[in-house]
This record gives sequence, C-alpha cells and structure tokens, in this order.
Amino acid sequence: MRGRVLPILIVLLAIVLFWYAAAIWMNAPWQSMLYARAGLVDVPVQQFVLDSWAQDKPVLPAPHQVFGEIWNAAIAIAPTSRRSLAYHAWITLSGTLFGFVLGTALGIALAVAIVHNDAANRSLMPWIIASQTVPILAVAPMVVVGFGAVGVTGLLPKALISMYLSFFPVVVGMVKGLRTPEAIQLDLLQTYNATPWQVFAKLRWPSAMPFLFASMKVGIAISLIGAVVGELSNNAGGGLGVRLLTGSYNGQTVQIWAALFIAAALAAVLVIAVGVLERLVNARMGARPV
Amino acid sequence: MTTDLSAANMDKGPPPQAVVSAQNLSLTFGTNDGPVHALSDVNLTIAKGEFVSFIGPSGCGKTTFLRTIADLEQPSSGTLSINGMTPRQARETRAYGYVFQAPALYPWRTIEKNVALPLEIMGYPKAEQAQRIARTMELVNLAGFEQKFPWQLSGGMQQRASIARALAFDADLLLMDEPFGALDEIVRDHLNSELLKLWAATNKTICFVTHSIPEAVYLSTKIVVMSPRPGRVTDVIESTLPKERPLDIRETPEFLAIAARVRDGLRAGHSYEDVV
Repeated sequence: MRGRVLPILIVLLAIVLFWYAAAIWMNAPWQSMLYARAGLVDVPVQQFVLDSWAQDKPVLPAPHQVFGEIWNAAIAIAPTSRRSLAYHAWITLSGTLFGFVLGTALGIALAVAIVHNDAANRSLMPWIIASQTVPILAVAPMVVVGFGAVGVTGLLPKALISMYLSFFPVVVGMVKGLRTPEAIQLDLLQTYNATPWQVFAKLRWPSAMPFLFASMKVGIAISLIGAVVGELSNNAGGGLGVRLLTGSYNGQTVQIWAALFIAAALAAVLVIAVGVLERLVNARMGARPV
Repeated sequence: MTTDLSAANMDKGPPPQAVVSAQNLSLTFGTNDGPVHALSDVNLTIAKGEFVSFIGPSGCGKTTFLRTIADLEQPSSGTLSINGMTPRQARETRAYGYVFQAPALYPWRTIEKNVALPLEIMGYPKAEQAQRIARTMELVNLAGFEQKFPWQLSGGMQQRASIARALAFDADLLLMDEPFGALDEIVRDHLNSELLKLWAATNKTICFVTHSIPEAVYLSTKIVVMSPRPGRVTDVIESTLPKERPLDIRETPEFLAIAARVRDGLRAGHSYEDVV
C-alpha cells in the first residue's frame, strides 16, 4: 500500500502543475483584453498570473477555483437546496443506481437465455451489439420526451437510458462467465442426474462471479454517463447533467468543471464500491488470498 | 472384428448378479476426418464386487467404455446394461459414482461442501449429509481437512476428496477414469493401496481405467486389455493374486507373470506399434 501512495502523489502533483500552467496560457488572451479595456499597461507578471487564475468565466478555471466552487455549492449549501451540488449529485446517483440495477438484471437475464437457449444464442447477440452502435445522445431525448408525453417523468426514463448502456458489458461478460465450466464439471453433474436449474445454481452461476464483477465495474461507470445524458433532455428534473447544461448556457465554466469533478468522483466511488463487494464475495467463496 | 474373450466371459446373457453387461457394444464417432470406431463389438460382463481395470494405449476406447456405462456417451449398436437397467436408467437412479482424471473440485466450496455436492443435488436431509460426509472423509483419510479449500490441498489429497465425493451417496458401482494419472509415482502407490483397502471395506464394484500395467495388475481381480483402431477388447485376464495385496507383491513371480500376459495382450493388439 505504502509503495503505491508516492507514485500516485507524484502524478497528482504533475497534473496540478500542468493544470495551473495551462490555465495561465488559456486565460491569457482574455486577461490581456481585460487589461486593455481598463487601460492598464505594464502589468507585472506575478499580477498577470494571479489574475488569470481568478477570472469570473475563465476558459480553463484553475484547480482552486473548481474546488472552491465544489466547496461552496456542495458542502456550504444545505443539500436540500436546488442550488446545491449535493442535491443534484443525489438525483444523478439515484438514476444511476436504479438504471444499473435494471441493466445488470437485464444483462444477466439475456446471458442466461443465450447460454441455455439455442434460438436465443443464434439470434440475440447481433441485436445486442447493434443496440450499442446507436448514439445514445440521439436516443436519450426521444426516450425522455416520449415517456414525458405519456406522463412518466423523473427517475424511470433516466434509469432506462442507464440500463440501455449498462446491460451490454454485463451480457457479454456473463455469457462468457456462464460458459466457463469445463466439460468435466458438467459431466460430473450429469452423472448425478442434476436438473438444469441445479447445474445453473451450483456450477454456472458461481463460476461466472469473476466475470459478473468485471462487467459490473464497467457497467456502473457507463450507467452514470447514461443518467447524465438522460438529464440533458429534462431541465426541470435536475441532476449533474442539468448543471453541466446550464453552466454551458451561461458560460459558467467553473460550475461545469465542478459538476464534472463531482461526476468523476461519484463514478470512482461507485466502481470502488463494486470492487469492495467483489472482495467480500471472493472471501466468502474461498479465494486464495493475493 | 471379433473379440478375443477369455473362457469365463463367453457365456451369453447377463448372469443374475452382473453389474455391467455389454453385448456386441459398438460406438462410432463421426468426425471431419471420417468415422472413428471408438468401440467395436465389445462383449464383457462384470460381476458384483469385482475390481476391473481397463488398460490400453490412448484411443483404445477404455475411457469411452467407461463413459458409455455412465451414460455420458451413447452406443451406436449393441446392448449395455447396468444392474439390469439401461445406462440412462442407471444414471437416473444414481447407480454409480464417477471419478474423473482431474479432481474437478469446486474452488469456491470447502472440501466438506464439495463432498456434499452430490448429496445436495440428490436431496439428502442435512443431518444425513453431515453423517455421510464424516464417514466418507474418514474412508479416504481426509478427516480434519473438512474446512479447507481445494487450493490448500495437494494434488493427491484433492483426488482423494473427489473419490470421497463419488463415494458419498453410496452407489454400488464406482467408475474411475485414470484417477491417479496426474500424480507422481509415490503418491500413486500410496493411493493405490488405500484404494484396495477402501474396496475391501466397502465391497463395491470398481471399474478402473489406467495405462499403467503395474497399477492394473496390482489393483484388479480382472484386467481388460484393449487395443486401438478400432477400440476393442483383446484379452480379459482373471487375476490369481490374493485379495490381500501388500505393495511388495509387485515383485512376486505371480505378479510378473500377469504383467507379462497384459503386455502380450497389448502387443497382440498392435498397441506397441503406432503408439506415440
């Protein structure tokens, strides 16, 4: 563990330094314009740098501006307020989780059908792959607006978009996972005259666990993307997607970056949570300690 | 292809106590390179309590014959009965336990839970499961390792656990497909003598596939010598060795005479010519 902290810190430091440097460079034209308008000449370099890190609507906000915004909007405001980032993050999180659960369930169901039914095996996969070639950005508004027209708003349409994205890695992973048992292990259950359900419950399902968790890690991250994309089509519903959209309407780059960071942190926490669950399941299943 | 049978097996029709009875049994696999005659006109009777070894080079059909008894392969022609039933009925009534070449233990189950697997599938009540697990673990000398996971055990212990699993539901017939093939010679000797003790203690009928001549002679009351292309029985040898067999019986003239006859049978079936 200790051996991993230092490299991470060094990379982090490099990113922060690069970010501050990039902020000076990208905000410089606008800063020069501001000085010209105010009639200021010969501004000292130090002043120029500090000013370029403190613009109202910078092209690239400096790290301290983004984290200041996160502090102000997520922690300093009551989480029930519509202006709170925590409030919007919760909306996105609930859509993500709901969609992820639906997507995982759908993915598992499709994989079970594909592994156990020859017709499904021959017909479903091309459609599943085709489903992922459709640009989600084009489909999402139709789903949200379509459901809105029949009075279904809020969590469900958004969750459906998350599901649409997240079932894919699960179905691909689980088809592979459910097929991992070797012939010898299937033969063994055959000699016991086991029912197909027993073969599934006692052999296929446990063998597929590593594949399930690998797919779920991918699935939960793209579930979050689905939820954010779904929110772009429904301004009234709130969520990090709405914050991104209103930020870009108003040129509030600091707000955009703050929402992006919250979304990234959320995704990281969710992937880690799946990883923790995986470790718990592995321990229960007697995995050799690594 | 006529099959050379010893006099003891020439009588037609299964004797009343025959556990396995094969008549004119043939099995042909269709492959891209044309049909493969895995079994050709096999006639064999195995009586209750016998320890029968099947020996021969790769491709002689010994494993296929075992798998056909287990209803894992379907014969192309001929008849095969197990305890007077078809192989399918025998499988459905759980008439046999099968030990594969690899232990095939479930890595996510403890040894105890692995042995419990057939009992769970067959719906034994919990209390009886525990009792049967304890008894079979004792039989294969694995008492004390119940809570271990397979990776914590040596290869020989894993294979013993898989034998315990096959014994747990007390089928009278035990089918073993080169169970010790992957183990080193020392472990193998040890497990062989343990297997004989287990056989004496349980009075089961055992069909044992091997390609080791000493192993076949040491273990068996009857040795079935098989040859490839097509897979067929070339000799059936009734062992004259006593039931009590210490490991050093393998140096006696009697043992060597039987081993020589096995080798002759293999040679007669051209087993030494194309074997790679």
